[in-house]
Amino acid sequence: MSILVIAEHHNGQLADSTAHVVAAAQAIGGDIDILVAGENVAGIAETAAKLTGVAKVKVADDSVYAHQLAEPVAELIAGLAGDYSHVLAAASTQGKNVLPRVAALKDVAALSEVVGVESPDTFLRPIYAGNAIATVQSSDALKVLTVRTTAFDAVDATGSAGVEAISATVENTLSRFVGEELASSDRPELGSARVVVSGGRGMGNGENFKLLDGIADKLGAAIGASRAAVDAGFVPNDMQVGQTGKIVAPELYIAVGISGAIQHLAGMKDAKIIVAINKDEEAPIFQVADYGLVGDLFEVLPELESKL
Amino acid sequence: MKVLVAVKRVIDYNVKIRVKPDHSDVDLTNVKMAMNPFCEIAVEEAVRLKEKGVASEVVAVTIGPKAAQEQLRTALALGADRAIHVETDDKVESLTAAKLLKQVVDDEQPGLTILGKQSIDTDNNQTGQMLAALAGMGQGTFASEVQVEGDDVQVTREIDGGLQTVALKLPAVITTDLRLNEPRYAKLPDIMKAKKKPIDVKSPDDMGVAVASSLSVLKVESPAERQGGTKVASVDELVDKLKNEAKVIA
Repeated sequence: MSILVIAEHHNGQLADSTAHVVAAAQAIGGDIDILVAGENVAGIAETAAKLTGVAKVKVADDSVYAHQLAEPVAELIAGLAGDYSHVLAAASTQGKNVLPRVAALKDVAALSEVVGVESPDTFLRPIYAGNAIATVQSSDALKVLTVRTTAFDAVDATGSAGVEAISATVENTLSRFVGEELASSDRPELGSARVVVSGGRGMGNGENFKLLDGIADKLGAAIGASRAAVDAGFVPNDMQVGQTGKIVAPELYIAVGISGAIQHLAGMKDAKIIVAINKDEEAPIFQVADYGLVGDLFEVLPELESKL
Repeated sequence: MKVLVAVKRVIDYNVKIRVKPDHSDVDLTNVKMAMNPFCEIAVEEAVRLKEKGVASEVVAVTIGPKAAQEQLRTALALGADRAIHVETDDKVESLTAAKLLKQVVDDEQPGLTILGKQSIDTDNNQTGQMLAALAGMGQGTFASEVQVEGDDVQVTREIDGGLQTVALKLPAVITTDLRLNEPRYAKLPDIMKAKKKPIDVKSPDDMGVAVASSLSVLKVESPAERQGGTKVASVDELVDKLKNEAKVIA
């Protein structure tokens, strides 16, 4: 078996998620190659080559792959996929954008958000927002998977794989990059942070989210939000944790002013330790919290910040 | 320009699901069904394009059992002009759905095809991308804004860390994210009118597509239950527990 892992990268940096996807590839077993597609990505390829367990890094460096638009990248991957039994990418917006397109080009099924590998053709994946886990077997010669990165521990960077350039390029007449607005933040990414502090509708307004900043600073945490807080316009949607937002599984998740709707729980119930702070002692979030503190968040948060 | 909008009948998002005792699947007997929430957003967007004069006709399509016509009637009540029902009682995986929709696209020649980014039952997030691949079109997935300009459509996409805008050559495929719009409710007179709008029923056989899948579900289980419920009395106790019991902070 041979597995092609699609590297994810942003702003010239290899994303942490790639090391998790390599771990999923190791769980399947076989030779693991990484594909780095983009423009001016030599540095990223070098970083990828250090990931433990990687045999070879293939680099497609061309302006057509800049911004990693789905149309050219999927065509590139589909062209390479003939040499592989599996193609894997992170279940990020990037992976989910590109891999189903690859699968259709190869006339095979795709498996999304894989959280477990039972054998090279049998995988576990959540359905119904994680309220059920399906064990799914694929009879396709080529398996195309996106992997939930929180379900696989990242591999180390102890390797030294060879780097090989791919000269073949594709044309893209279908789509064009126009612009990007990325939230700039010194905080870790929500999906990979060790600690996540999230606010809900109980925060009252967007301004009050600043109360979470001090705690997040002290814990090196990412800041998230419930869908209720996003829908109320307190914070942007990219902060949303839940079934319709990001799925996180940090070591510590602190839910502040979040009642614990099913849709939110679906996004964070795999956290190792859950702390809930809410003034409503009947809030469903307390049923899943390892430590619940009933209290007014406007009093609790400053005190918590000072005592960390 | 014609807009095709695909909708799916799924379990209502408020229903708490149960796994069947034999672990063969989720139990859907006597469960309330509804239009997939992301598909509602897709219908709304199509109807708004018509209201803005960008779209000349909105055609709704669904794949599923006879009962899925309820969801087509909902789409018609919300403003779709006519509907196509690809009727099958078989389980339809994303790739098959994309192949069936490709046939509909070939017949109808829409300028835009709009789908929900995922359905809340299988959570695959695949069909739109697969349809775009099969039809040789560009794809604007996870859209939070759609603007048709001449021969292009500009799609602002919700990506990890922010927003990305792409321009796609028409015809194109779009999948909707939550913030694209807020779907309206159907008004009673529109619900009555929708009953008279035409639904064209086809079978996968007529369309030359085999409903087959290379995926087999071996079992479906409930996820491990979390044991929570412990309360602490003060911030001091919380910090102490996190440091000394859970050992997640230093």
